[in-house]
Amino acid sequence: MSDAAPWWSVLAAPALLVALALLAVAADGVLSARAAGRPFALSAVARPLLEVPRLLVAQPRRLPAPDMPLWRIGVVTVPVAAVLSVMVVPFGPFAVSGLSVGLVWFNAMEVLTWAGLWLAGWGPNAAFSLVGGYRYLAQGLAYELPLMFALMTPGIGAQSLRVGDIAAAQGGLWFAVWMPVAFAVHLWSVLAFGFTGPFAYPAGGDIAGGVFGETSGPERLLLSAGRWLWLAAGSAMAVPLFLGGGAGPWLPGWAWSLVKTVAVLALLVWARGRLPMIRADRYMEVAWVVLLPLSVLQALVPALVVL
Amino acid sequence: MNLQLFLLLAAGLFAIGLFGALSQQSIVMIMMGVELMIGGVVVGAAAFWRFLAPAASGQVIVVSAVVAMAVEMAMGFAVTTAIYRARQVDMTDLAKDLKD
Amino acid sequence: MEVALFWVLAVAALAGGALVFRVASMARATFALLAALICVGGELVLLGLPYLGVVVVLMMVMEMVIMVVFMVAYMMNPGGLMPMSMLHNKRGALVISAGVFLALAAGILLVPWPAPAVVLPADTTFQLGESLMGGQMLTMMTLGFVLLSTMVGATALVSRRGRYDRYGDDLDRRPADDPAGGGVGR
Repeated sequence: MSDAAPWWSVLAAPALLVALALLAVAADGVLSARAAGRPFALSAVARPLLEVPRLLVAQPRRLPAPDMPLWRIGVVTVPVAAVLSVMVVPFGPFAVSGLSVGLVWFNAMEVLTWAGLWLAGWGPNAAFSLVGGYRYLAQGLAYELPLMFALMTPGIGAQSLRVGDIAAAQGGLWFAVWMPVAFAVHLWSVLAFGFTGPFAYPAGGDIAGGVFGETSGPERLLLSAGRWLWLAAGSAMAVPLFLGGGAGPWLPGWAWSLVKTVAVLALLVWARGRLPMIRADRYMEVAWVVLLPLSVLQALVPALVVL
Repeated sequence: MNLQLFLLLAAGLFAIGLFGALSQQSIVMIMMGVELMIGGVVVGAAAFWRFLAPAASGQVIVVSAVVAMAVEMAMGFAVTTAIYRARQVDMTDLAKDLKD
Repeated sequence: MEVALFWVLAVAALAGGALVFRVASMARATFALLAALICVGGELVLLGLPYLGVVVVLMMVMEMVIMVVFMVAYMMNPGGLMPMSMLHNKRGALVISAGVFLALAAGILLVPWPAPAVVLPADTTFQLGESLMGGQMLTMMTLGFVLLSTMVGATALVSRRGRYDRYGDDLDRRPADDPAGGGVGR
């Protein structure tokens, strides 16, 4: 059972998430600089971050007859859903909301990204953007079911949907140890709902950036922020679900949560640059024929153990 | 907040959905009306559960209504796709002559 | 606080529902319906059913996002750039639905409802899960079979290709001739 957090945690949690996302962006800048053979320099860290002021003042670009309300709603939904999703994630002993169905809440917020990205593709009235939006839906149908079972598995193990209870239930053994398939599927799906790395298909270069193609200025900033915020939110969620939450020796709970989140985030940022992009139609069969049965079997393991 | 207010909301959603389902020509739009009607049923069932009989079977009715929504949508799209593929038609007025 | 939330969600749900049949753009209609149904989920949370409420939100987002694909595919005017009327019998529908609403409202306001229940279950999610896996197991299994047969039936209805298209006339062609290649090397 997680303690009630002070009122300012409502502001602190988004700030922390943004900080984690910025850290991920900086790390990605360093990694890509190294991959490009440039010597390590502070500019590699600063380069992606300098995009923020540039995008804030950039002149917006519009095609004829865009669907502005829906476009704006979509672009705003992606980062906002990411921020809302971490409201149930405990940070050490504190969670902003000890919602009794936190696991389902996280899943619902993650699915809101579907709506957000489709709208972001629909809004600008451009073919390639819309193709990007449809690609995300196809990809979503593929990754969602294995992810749902992967999220459910620690819930079964802890016999609770409250994320704080799940973290507390791993006193003896981390769920990652005896639910390795669920853990792997969760990490893999974080890349998917962050539409990055192997799942950058909706924003692929072959369709001129897809959902990003026609965005400019603040819209592009919000959409890219959503991508990195989701990466950070998914990493933060992996910690209470599979890595024992804030449990650990010597350090206080919140420090362990932070350390573990940063470690997961670092792994994902590294993996995102190392893996090739997968087409949604190919991933669909992998997800439904291979990953889905594996995740169902994995969900069966805690069900049998707990019973 | 009392039972009547929730039931009035449910009735309002149901009536709006009914209007849509009766007045729209396109099959897909009719399905949206039906979804709204079932949404009203969900609110009504949940209100009855909360105020009159907070027993488990009341919640099961809500679950059944939500399942009905999913089934309705899946079968609706399947039928629309099948009709469209066969006849290039997606409007009820054009699909009513089942004989030809 | 809860009363205010009820009114906000209720008005938003009704407004969203009305917008569905007012806007010309199909994408806007679908997302207006999504807004209405998300408010329905919020009302369920207010009624003390957090699990069902959040599940309704989760399901409806997925459902409407799939729906919008079909809306755009099948409607003549998906973007609403060329407004046209796609209605029939508007007056009759209006009369019938207004009549239904008035009858329901009269019933709601006139029936002497019993006093509201005071003792609520401690954990409604637990109550639901226990009954679905216990007393209501038969309902749960029926719903499961309904969903399974829906999946099979819907796929069978829309699938243009049968096994003879995939495996050839003698059903001996391996690998199957599929228009889209799969990811596991078949």
